[in-house]
Amino acid sequence: MNINTTKIISLLFFIFSAFYLYTAYQIQVFAFDENAPFNARTFPIYLGYAGLFFSGLKLILPDPNTIKVEHKTLEYKKTAILVLIAIIYGATILKVGYFLTTSFFLMGSYYFLGERRWILMFMLSFPFVAAFMYLLHGVLDIYLRDPFLKLIGVMG
Amino acid sequence: MIEGILIGLTTALTFQNIFMVMIGCFFGTIIGMLPGLGPMTAIALMIPITYGFDPATGLILMAGVYYGAVFGGSTSSILLNAPGVPGTVATSFDGYPMAQQGKAGKALAIAAWSSFAGGTLAAIYLLFLAPSLSKVSLSFRSPDYFALMILGLTAIAAFSSKGQFIKAMMMVVLGLMLASVGQDSLSDITRFTFNNMNLTDGISFVLVVMATFAMSEALTIILKRNDPTAAAKQVSLTELGSIRINKEERAKMLKTIPRTSIIGFIIGVLPGAGATIASFLAYGMERNLVKDEEKEKFGKGSVHGLAAPETANNAACSGAFVPLLTLGIPGSGTTAVMLGALLGFGIQPGPRLYMTNPEIFWSVIMSMYIGMVILLILNLPLIPYIARILAVPKNYLIPLILFFSITGIYVMSFNNFDIYLMIGIAVVATFMRLYDFPMPPLILAFVLGGLMEENLRRSLLLSDGSWTFLWDRTLTACILATTILIVGWQIYKTFKKKN
Repeated sequence: MNINTTKIISLLFFIFSAFYLYTAYQIQVFAFDENAPFNARTFPIYLGYAGLFFSGLKLILPDPNTIKVEHKTLEYKKTAILVLIAIIYGATILKVGYFLTTSFFLMGSYYFLGERRWILMFMLSFPFVAAFMYLLHGVLDIYLRDPFLKLIGVMG
Repeated sequence: MIEGILIGLTTALTFQNIFMVMIGCFFGTIIGMLPGLGPMTAIALMIPITYGFDPATGLILMAGVYYGAVFGGSTSSILLNAPGVPGTVATSFDGYPMAQQGKAGKALAIAAWSSFAGGTLAAIYLLFLAPSLSKVSLSFRSPDYFALMILGLTAIAAFSSKGQFIKAMMMVVLGLMLASVGQDSLSDITRFTFNNMNLTDGISFVLVVMATFAMSEALTIILKRNDPTAAAKQVSLTELGSIRINKEERAKMLKTIPRTSIIGFIIGVLPGAGATIASFLAYGMERNLVKDEEKEKFGKGSVHGLAAPETANNAACSGAFVPLLTLGIPGSGTTAVMLGALLGFGIQPGPRLYMTNPEIFWSVIMSMYIGMVILLILNLPLIPYIARILAVPKNYLIPLILFFSITGIYVMSFNNFDIYLMIGIAVVATFMRLYDFPMPPLILAFVLGGLMEENLRRSLLLSDGSWTFLWDRTLTACILATTILIVGWQIYKTFKKKN
């Protein structure tokens, strides 16, 4: 059998399905539901077996359309930085507030993607987010939690 | 009936009502373009405002908002690969590649014309078939729905996988697995939450679709930035915004629109099925019906592939009014909100409405139609300007896509966990996309997961645990036979190709 990344993904999916199936069998159902034709664990059990079946097939059958990815040309570093910035954005948005975190997230992302026109970067972050917030909060009346703006008295 | 239509038209065509529908279309388009805010939210936001008007004007305003939001959803699907609602997911399969080839204006114009044609044809079907179709929609039982969902999932796996059926079926199973997270709908038992309270309500659709489409697309663009084969084609703003549809493309649309409007309308009539299944089935059916050289273009910017789901989802939206107006049963979230609004106006939909108050029945239908016409008139001139979003440099566009995705989730839950979950799913999806694992089957399976379990539960309980329900009824057996035919046809084609 020819080992390629698709096969490895299929193997991981096979293991995931086995874990899913094991967890499905562990779902606690009510005593009176235990022998019912259908209970909370029935559908997940079928899904677990379906996952094992299809990933097993993919593992066993030959793969004529092998996908080759040129890893050397891929920008792993920039992508990882962008993901990291998004995680930091997610971690701080509730504590710092929507306006500041979103503006800094946009500024940081523009910078790491290679942008250096500071005025444009600024215009497309702080004023842009303020306008967007006005649309959501002011016009459409969609609540946006922002402790910072509340602290300085801009938002009620 | 003619008298009813004329009364409906007279009500809908007053100056005040046309002005209201224009306002509604404008705001609906803006709201629909924002990820996470679909037609349902748009209509819900408008309900308090509509109570200040008489019922007809209120309904006309909502009609404008509704069609505007649907069009706005298609716009974000085509331009940013960020479908905000399930009904426009299939639009992105060919709309987004077409926009990437510098034909964003054309893609938006095809979507607008197809939506208009789908809605128009569905309105005609509605005029003649509404009373009799309500009986058909009632004859569908749980086994039929279950078989229909199996058919929908198999069709999307078979048609969107570019010859990799098993990979697509793996994604179907993964989508169903993700949908099973959270409380069981009947017993309230929590499943696969691992004692994490944030997962008790399950994973939201917007989160999964934003992660697997918009965010993962943005990450893929950054990842492949230096890939010479993925280099973006430089196009002029004039070409990007051009809404001209040539003769050949018009001919393709003319073939696709009538047949997909029928399937969209029929699926829309079934309560619970709605625009999502309609658009996916229409896409799959269309791919199977076109010539072999056209088939190859699917997923790469095919006119058929874009017109089919857009026609079907609009036809299904109109079809969904059959059970709502004739039986008082809302078939989807959006029609449920509309039902609430109708009740607020003191209008009780049901079989009596059609017989005793035909003027209200026809006013609602006509107002929906006028909303669509105004939308087309208003939005076609705006397309060249909307399409210029794609002319924004990638250094700015990518962070803005990420920003809209994260905001869409944030305004829904105000929860850090959902943002982490979205980033996690997006990273996995980006990696899987590199190896050609298709995302559309995952999304459709995720949307249908809950309904599928619900209908399997009812079917198995009614048949006392026996699987004979799959062939006990002729309708179920027919749907299942179609599924088997599709799978068989795919296997046959694969072997034929290899030999």
